[in-house]
Amino acid sequence: MESIFFLVVAAVAVISSILVVTCKNPINSALSLVMTFFCLATFYVMLDAPFMAATQVIVYAGAIMVLIIFVIMLLNVKAESGKRGSHAVFAGSVLGLFALFQTVWFLSKGSMTGATGTMDKAQIISVGHVELIGKALFTDFLLPFEITSVLLLAAIVGAVILAKKKI
Amino acid sequence: MDTLILGLPVAYYIAMVAKVLVAFVFVLLTVAYATYAERKIIGHMQVRLGPMRTGWHGLLQPIADGVKLFFKEEIVPTQASKFAFLIAPLVALIPAFISFAVIPFGAPVTIAGYTVPLQIAAFYDQAGQQVFDINVGVLYILAMASLGVYGVVLAGWASNSKYSLLGGLRSAAQMISYELAAGLAIIAVFMLSESLSLHKIVADQANGAWYVFKQPLAFVIFFICSLAEINRTPFDLPEAETELVSGFITEYSSMKYAMFFMAEYANMITVCAVTTTLFLGGWHGPAFLPGWFWFVAKVYFLIFCCMWIRATYPRYRYDQLMRLGWKVFLPLTLLNVVATGVWVMVFNK
Repeated sequence: MESIFFLVVAAVAVISSILVVTCKNPINSALSLVMTFFCLATFYVMLDAPFMAATQVIVYAGAIMVLIIFVIMLLNVKAESGKRGSHAVFAGSVLGLFALFQTVWFLSKGSMTGATGTMDKAQIISVGHVELIGKALFTDFLLPFEITSVLLLAAIVGAVILAKKKI
Repeated sequence: MDTLILGLPVAYYIAMVAKVLVAFVFVLLTVAYATYAERKIIGHMQVRLGPMRTGWHGLLQPIADGVKLFFKEEIVPTQASKFAFLIAPLVALIPAFISFAVIPFGAPVTIAGYTVPLQIAAFYDQAGQQVFDINVGVLYILAMASLGVYGVVLAGWASNSKYSLLGGLRSAAQMISYELAAGLAIIAVFMLSESLSLHKIVADQANGAWYVFKQPLAFVIFFICSLAEINRTPFDLPEAETELVSGFITEYSSMKYAMFFMAEYANMITVCAVTTTLFLGGWHGPAFLPGWFWFVAKVYFLIFCCMWIRATYPRYRYDQLMRLGWKVFLPLTLLNVVATGVWVMVFNK
């Protein structure tokens, strides 16, 4: 049952991510990307990580993609003209094929180490996913967390200074 | 003794389907009669009668409206972006309804030996002792609320009309701004309940005081920001009819128009249900009446307040709206979070 559900969601994810690059209309591309993010969120739920799923939807689908759609609407980007077969497409497909080859190679030749992390499903259910992430974030990873916040603050201040002529 | 499907008894599935059906039908009916109640209440507040002709005191008005909208001609503007134009009403409507999956709407009931919690996305273990629900329930609601923006933005863009586009853009900016303040306002609630699960938040309020008494500022800010997020008066700028015709729904007709209308009312019910759960003790109340009755009564009271506000206040101007959101509510919520943190540190530990 779970594997059938996984296959359905995976198929939707793959199809919508293909649509992201093939759609001519930029808004439809953006919508396909939202759909892909939604499928990823579903995978997080299936992996017993509901907090990751919720943040995935809130941050990517709810905030970042809305901003991207906003920009597309304001710039009034028209549908792309039917130009095909450029050098970029060629270079991209070569790189993609190389990555695919590499993945298949590692999967078929490599062996599983069998190493597991400290978290398991029982622990996540008993303690709670949010609690575990919060604890790790504010104890072991406090410094990276603070640095990220300062970086974001700098980005906000920078955006305001760039956008405003007179402050 | 029981037949198991995927490790769970059949009764579990029956209870799940029954809960979904009951909640969905109830919300749909409330949406239909909220339109009637709004016209009637505002009518009486403005010393007129409201709908009177269809049925006794206009009671059949929502059905007549529905039939009228259903049989109206479907118009798609020739220059519209077809796909986005067609899915926009659905994108607006669906998040409004599926938020209800995590809201607990009554005390657990026991039927034929099975304990069933009255919350769609929750179930008891076999012994009927422990409830499992989504432990990020509030974040789920915030996520669904943030998806509601798409319906409005897409409708505005796809209609290929200036009024629609302006309405859509305004609405997107408004929803994003107020989402932030609403989200920060309820962080104070999490700090007190120490959980994101709505079941636990309700249980916590049953043991102590309702959060509206512990967090009055958060309650007021959350309710006002929610009104702004669902585009209710006094924040109904996206469809400010005096300047934007009807905003993002200008080009819509027939059932697609009706779907936007339903989305607006469904969102209002969702917001009132969430406010009830987070601040007004959920389904708890004096024990002589069942839990679901108290839940419905509190939600209906808040819906009445929304209509009351609509009848009372004029619309905000766009710059006033943005100033209120970013310069008043956002700093206040941050202050509230800090104050709650200090309170918890000093008195609880």
